[in-house]
Amino acid sequence: MSEEDLVNEFAVSLDQPATYWQIWEWIQVSLPNLIVILMLVLVFVLALVLPFPKGGDAS
Amino acid sequence: MSTDVESTTAAAVDDVVPTTWTGALRKRWVRSLPPEKLLPESQPAYVASWIYVFGMATIVALLIVIGSGVVLTLGGLQWWHTTPFGRFMNSLHFWSVQFFFFFMIVHLVGKYFMAAWRGKRFLTWATGVVAFIMGLATAFTGYTITTNFNSQWIAFEAKDVMNSVGLGGFMNTTNVGQMSLWHIVPLPLCVGVIVLMHVLLVRKHGVVPPIDAIDPALATAPATESVTTAVAS
Repeated sequence: MSEEDLVNEFAVSLDQPATYWQIWEWIQVSLPNLIVILMLVLVFVLALVLPFPKGGDAS
Repeated sequence: MSTDVESTTAAAVDDVVPTTWTGALRKRWVRSLPPEKLLPESQPAYVASWIYVFGMATIVALLIVIGSGVVLTLGGLQWWHTTPFGRFMNSLHFWSVQFFFFFMIVHLVGKYFMAAWRGKRFLTWATGVVAFIMGLATAFTGYTITTNFNSQWIAFEAKDVMNSVGLGGFMNTTNVGQMSLWHIVPLPLCVGVIVLMHVLLVRKHGVVPPIDAIDPALATAPATESVTTAVAS
């Protein structure tokens, strides 16, 4: 499979409207925005729970 | 930095009687933000957490935004569509902006839940909010000058918004020249200055502690050795 075929295989066409979801009567979110929001929440939670590498000794 | 050095610096500044405005400015600066605070060698132990990383991550992303933006200006508008290097710099500029806002929002939410305006840090919080707003304005003008169909759509939609709020006479979003200059000079300058103020205020008042931790900036006990660690090293 050539590089161009590979790109075409997995490329997402942006030349069309995004998928929108009507979550509530007055809340509508697009799939790309929802993905970013979920990633923000995920990174925030990971930042709280993941252990931080230890620094130097107490100064 | 030892307490001895800090007290020596403070005492030396207090002893000086300035005779010029430059001396008075230096005295005020050093008393307000001594070198030990400006460039500390250690931070409180609670800073050793991933949630404290996102402020610096935002600044790193901003530096890449500025660096790639400077390169993009060299060839004028549209050159980034026609050469591989231009496309690379265009993408680098775009994605570093995405990461800039991503990191900034995580930073903002983290500081919100820490009530980061505590301990005389209201100005630190306020400059952060203003930096966010100015960043939005800068990113918006950037979207209008990418010289493609998407930017045309955004610019003409935004024109109606500007007209509806009475700003159409000052800001014509469909004018690529005007938007380019806004995007390259005044708005990034504002972001840079406000971010610099934000960082200096963080240095002056110290990093905000978690809700249940002791704030070294407000603690009356002289020794903070037990709660410090050399995370910067």
